[in-house]
Amino acid sequence: MTLAESVLNGDRLALARLLTQVENDSAEGRAALAELFPQTGRAHLVGVTGAPGTGKSSLVNQLALAYRRGGKRVAILAVDPSSPFTGGAVLGDRVRMRDLAGDAGVFIRSMASRGSLGGLAQSTAAMTQVFDAAGFDAVMIETVGAGQNEVDIVRLAHTTIVVDAPGLGDDIQAIKAGILEIADVLVVNKADRPEAENTVRALKSMLDLANPKRFVVRHHGTTMKADAPAKTEPGRWVPPIQRTVATEGAGVDELVAHIEKHAAYLRASGEWAVRERARLRSEVEALLREALMARFRAEVPDGKFESALEQVFAHRLSPWEAAQLLTDGRRK
Amino acid sequence: MTEQKIRVLVAKPGLDGHDRGAKVVARALRDAGMEVVYTGLRQTPEMIAEAALQEDVDVVGLSILSGAHMALVPRVLELLKANGQERVKVFLGGIVPDEDVSRLKELGVGGIYGPGASTEDIVRDVREAVK
Repeated sequence: MTLAESVLNGDRLALARLLTQVENDSAEGRAALAELFPQTGRAHLVGVTGAPGTGKSSLVNQLALAYRRGGKRVAILAVDPSSPFTGGAVLGDRVRMRDLAGDAGVFIRSMASRGSLGGLAQSTAAMTQVFDAAGFDAVMIETVGAGQNEVDIVRLAHTTIVVDAPGLGDDIQAIKAGILEIADVLVVNKADRPEAENTVRALKSMLDLANPKRFVVRHHGTTMKADAPAKTEPGRWVPPIQRTVATEGAGVDELVAHIEKHAAYLRASGEWAVRERARLRSEVEALLREALMARFRAEVPDGKFESALEQVFAHRLSPWEAAQLLTDGRRK
Repeated sequence: MTEQKIRVLVAKPGLDGHDRGAKVVARALRDAGMEVVYTGLRQTPEMIAEAALQEDVDVVGLSILSGAHMALVPRVLELLKANGQERVKVFLGGIVPDEDVSRLKELGVGGIYGPGASTEDIVRDVREAVK
């Protein structure tokens, strides 16, 4: 039996091992992914992002409990940062998820970002496909503690939850571009704190000014667009703001209701398919870029790349000219 | 294919609440370039084995200061084996009397470290164990 077949049979050890192969982008992992791909496209991918310390892991813990009460199988992919110096990582999200231990309907996997800067790791998308094929109804993806620009999650998830907490900034933070714009559902966690109402108010005023170009994101140096519905379109999704206290579970059932309403909206409006297509397209493009780069590196004569680099280091050639030289053989 | 990382689960079974040692070791393994899944305090052997499976780790590091190591460590080893993870190496940190050290090593524990053990030794032994 292949690893992929064992995963489809519900073998949890095989699932864990396949996730490792996929994370390491091994030949075995690629073959298994190809075998599993026809089985994907069913799971609801829910992204959870927000600044460090807003309570993402605690909220994911509570959301998973709520999904389980509804009889759904849940996978969690929790991403934490790798050290830029040693490549090592301490992955601590499980500390907040101990309520989920001992439940065969839950599978938690921690992963390190391994140098990626968009809030996810390079292989996160492929790992969600493994969970999807393995039959999990929902896959929750918790990003690294995000600043303002770690917005890769918007291209992976169907529904993106942005978690905010009181005391993180004034209403100017709320009108900046970036992370708040990608929210399908906004959460103000730690809502039992006195300043929580200020945070809710700032988010509300941001939503009132909402920008219709919601799905323009920059990724690997290119700008990607997915059509946003016109502002005047009736039934357009406006992100709800949900107050929660994740440590106690307050507001979590309401949050799940918002998430499910969003999924229903995506399907009814056709946007589910739009997002799926944008996601798969960007995945193909990223792999293509990688493959073309590898082919280019294999074809360029030994030392040519390095000698062009040396000229750039010496400021005799601009980086743009070097790229021209290496691809066309002449500088323009 | 990207470089394969050593994955380590650091867990603290039992009821004592002192996890400074576990955090120091987690940090040292991180600085050695490993990916360390930290699970926190008061884990049962069942929770540890389940986390080791889901995370597909190469090594499990346990920190026990309560004296309950002769109950907890064999149970963790047994559960890892039952899950098909007999290849996972278990290391132990804490206060372990000499007579228990030899018995635990016979059971398959890869290394046992008391107060004052150097993190360099631990990193070296973990690297050696997953070769």
